[in-house]
Amino acid sequence: MKLGDLQKIAEHEVDFERAYKHRINVCCSSGCVPFGAFDVLKAFQEAVQEFGVEKECKVARTGCVGTCAVGPAVVIEPGDYLYQSVTPDKVRQIVRDHIVLGLPVKDMLYQNEAFFKKQHRLVLRNAGKIDPTRIQDYIAAGGYAALVKCLATMTPQGVIYEVATSGLRGRGGAGFPTGQKWGLVARTHNTPKYIVANLDEGDPGVFANRTLAEADPHAILEGMLVAAYAIGAEKGYLYIRAEYPLAIETLQKAIAQARAMSLLGDNVLETGFKFDVELRFGAGAFVAGEETAILASVEGRRAMPRPRPPYPANSGLWGKPTLIQNVETLANIPLIVLNGGSWFSKIGTARCTGTKCFSLTGKINNPGLIEVPMGITLREVVFDVGGGVPDGRKFKAVLVGGPSGGCLPETLLELPIDYESLAHVGAIMGSGGIVVIDDHSCMVDTAKFFTDFCVDESCGKCTPCRAGLVKIKEVFESVIRGEGKLEDLATLEKSSVYIRDASLCGLGQTAPNPVITTLRYFKDEYVKHIVDKTCPAGKCFKNGKEADTQ
Amino acid sequence: MLKDDKRRELLDKFMRQHGYDDSALLEILHKAQELYGYLDNESLMYVAQSLNLPPSHVYGVATFYSFFKLKAPGEHVVTGCLGTACYVKGVEQIMQAVEREFNIKRGESTTDGKLSLFVTRCIGACAMAPSVVIDGEVIGKATPEVVLTRIKSLLGGVKVETR
Repeated sequence: MKLGDLQKIAEHEVDFERAYKHRINVCCSSGCVPFGAFDVLKAFQEAVQEFGVEKECKVARTGCVGTCAVGPAVVIEPGDYLYQSVTPDKVRQIVRDHIVLGLPVKDMLYQNEAFFKKQHRLVLRNAGKIDPTRIQDYIAAGGYAALVKCLATMTPQGVIYEVATSGLRGRGGAGFPTGQKWGLVARTHNTPKYIVANLDEGDPGVFANRTLAEADPHAILEGMLVAAYAIGAEKGYLYIRAEYPLAIETLQKAIAQARAMSLLGDNVLETGFKFDVELRFGAGAFVAGEETAILASVEGRRAMPRPRPPYPANSGLWGKPTLIQNVETLANIPLIVLNGGSWFSKIGTARCTGTKCFSLTGKINNPGLIEVPMGITLREVVFDVGGGVPDGRKFKAVLVGGPSGGCLPETLLELPIDYESLAHVGAIMGSGGIVVIDDHSCMVDTAKFFTDFCVDESCGKCTPCRAGLVKIKEVFESVIRGEGKLEDLATLEKSSVYIRDASLCGLGQTAPNPVITTLRYFKDEYVKHIVDKTCPAGKCFKNGKEADTQ
Repeated sequence: MLKDDKRRELLDKFMRQHGYDDSALLEILHKAQELYGYLDNESLMYVAQSLNLPPSHVYGVATFYSFFKLKAPGEHVVTGCLGTACYVKGVEQIMQAVEREFNIKRGESTTDGKLSLFVTRCIGACAMAPSVVIDGEVIGKATPEVVLTRIKSLLGGVKVETR
């Protein structure tokens, strides 16, 4: 296939779509599948036949629309009618009323505009709109046009310039400027160069990257291709959690299709540019998200971090220059190439451009996958998009950034979401997990839960993280047993600071964050546990034992 | 030494496809676990010899990653998700109910080898928390009752629909 052929495929596909009056998009993402999404898809295919409308009505399997709590979700175009909790027995009625008679079934529709109002979908631009298993769908939606633009009209330096202008920063958590990173790798003369795309979403409570891969796998591949062109890499590895079978299947299919159309391979679109992608499977190690640990894992070793420098940009996979990028960062790239860096830099805030995907979960009315502009406040996310806390309970805290993030109280809800503001209050952006907790949950117990997680996941290489976290865990256990002393609070604080300052990698450096933030914002709960031997949430001390906390 | 059967043939083929490249060790262990259900000393040794790696290296990798199982799982496998969202929504009560009902601890199997109970750190099904995986099928918005009923029917040999 040649450069110009993509345009033809897109036009053909658009014409083909135009023949249909309606398009029924059934979300078949991991959130909806357990509730029978594939059965619903089949029911729609049968129902359109039954009513004889299969010629004017296309039934498509798509990715996530974000409303994971009310799945399976079905969107009928035109008009973007979103049906919630669709089951196979409701399908005939929907096809009859909506498609045949033209009367949307009002009481099955998702009536919650607030959920979408403050969202801004860039990374998830195609999620829920295209069939992730058909490359033609992606091409018709403007996919691979950025690659064509790069190959036909831009120099590698020009691409890096646009990415730098956009102000895009790494979405994996640390927020390093992407353009700068690309420049570092591009300027190294050592070859070959590699790209590692990080989809090892190890944070418990986070599913944004998985959903992206399930909904729009080609956006990730195109981002990798553009990055490869810019830095001069010929080989990329996409590192994905083995716990994500549907995402793996979708990506495998996408890679095969891209190879068949010579979008990946030895001679991409007959331009002489060479790049191929191989999947690598993680195996359940949180630390593998750290950039030197992921390299060890891709090389088939234990995912243990090593000191930096040398930085992966100079010495990464097998000692060669390597660009490591989160998949969400990569999915932004095609848009930046097509629309220009300065267009992107106007979204979000001046220091933090663009958007961020969050998995919004916990005690919240509208859990799901959201994408919001940087700079939006936590309150807007929790109460406007998320719809607040259900069952008349009271909001207590929001956990931002997973097990190495912070627990933030109500007084900090006006905080804008960006890397610096979150770091300032002791949380991190992380890979985008927001878990809301209500007054049912105990903050001491929550901090202990995260500490247990980090004890399990510590790789054992450096002492502060390996031994320090165990020490903290022991203190928590004695507090929850009712044997805590007030001095323990000082021990917790001191140990946390040591671990944070002395650990080798990001895991150890951020692991004490939940302890530090709960001590800072919820100290009264610790004091009640220690002095009064009571748990304000009624979670600890049940039957005199650690009933709920093992 | 691994028995020369269909499974070993498939494992050999897979390693050949990867050019016996030691950087594909994780993929190869995934394949071996998929074929044999778990990784015992024999299969680890076989992989080590085939890839020309020290057995200690292969064993080290297999024990480092929690996804790899070194003991044979039971006939039916129940995995509770201990991700943050599931924890906040009370997966702990479900785990305790299963432990009490079948007299089993997490990470263990029943003595008759019928049932294993594991925990995992987040399967990414957080919007439907709490989630429990029973024989590969994700049960969202799970309750102790639903999970116990499902397990009992599996052990009884009859499958029932639960939502």
